[in-house]
Amino acid sequence: MDQKLKIDLSRQGIFTTTLEELYNWGRKSSVWPLTFGLACCAIEMIATTMARYDLARFGAEVFRPSPRQADLMIVAGTVTKKMAPQVVRLYNQMPEPKYVIAMGACAISGGPFKQGYNVLKGIDRYIPVDVHIPGCPPRPEALMDAFITLQKKIESQHLTGADRPRHLDRDAPSEFVVPQFGAHDLEPSKNPKLWHILPVTPKDQCTLGENGPGKN
Amino acid sequence: MNSGFIDIYRPIAILMIAAAGFALAPLAMAWLWSKKFSPRKPGPVKNATYECGLESKEYSSIPFRPEYYLYAIVFLIFDVEAIFLLPFAVAFSGLTLGAAIAMLIFLLLLVEGLVWTWRKGILTWV
Repeated sequence: MDQKLKIDLSRQGIFTTTLEELYNWGRKSSVWPLTFGLACCAIEMIATTMARYDLARFGAEVFRPSPRQADLMIVAGTVTKKMAPQVVRLYNQMPEPKYVIAMGACAISGGPFKQGYNVLKGIDRYIPVDVHIPGCPPRPEALMDAFITLQKKIESQHLTGADRPRHLDRDAPSEFVVPQFGAHDLEPSKNPKLWHILPVTPKDQCTLGENGPGKN
Repeated sequence: MNSGFIDIYRPIAILMIAAAGFALAPLAMAWLWSKKFSPRKPGPVKNATYECGLESKEYSSIPFRPEYYLYAIVFLIFDVEAIFLLPFAVAFSGLTLGAAIAMLIFLLLLVEGLVWTWRKGILTWV
């Protein structure tokens, strides 16, 4: 819908919307997380849901004990190589549409245990992560910021076209490969379709400079 | 059954149908909505029975040894016996002969059960 026409109509007191906006509004306002904590970040996640920070304000207070009822997986903590297959299997069991927030240094990269033999170097090797939160552990505000970022991402998705969400794409895979325990490491050690090192372009560095911690 | 009877109960019947419709219509709408719009991406892991992230293995209907079951039953019987023995001991001096004999028969039956379980080997743990 033409944005200018929409604004003109709203000036006249006529509220218009599109099915896409309505659908995305519904999706972003009822993201139910999975009750799933792996390490100390889970304590911050629990604090986020409690009265002081109150994640319920964003429609996400209903932590589901079953992956069948959950929309969002907050990977809160260190993912050991022993736990990784279970995490991927739980993600596979969640119904579409589903999202992942990798919370904390360990979940996004292995964190302080990156050089260790038994810790996965980032859960994005196996499942598609929507929002990464740095921090060790991130404060509840950081988790809420990630949650709002996820909501903005959901809000801006188009239901048709090349950038449509994964669950509306018939060709997108329904499940991701669950790693097995190999002789020395998990096999496969990463999902090559998902995991690739993002090149840092000069543009990215520019935006980092503008919105980085120095300015805010 | 005359027509007056039907006239009286017709509103109730209509209300009952309306109530059933009120309950069923949202369910039917939700079902139809999901048929049309829900993104279906089934898979072997997603359709698995067990949902804790771990894989289920072997059958659930396996034979298991009932030793602990018998042990628990015997424990329960003697536990209840202790409850009966306490008032028996408290009121012992004031009991009539009939009551004392009845209680002793009760005890004898239980001792007999104890002897039976002992000889059966149930009290020996696996």
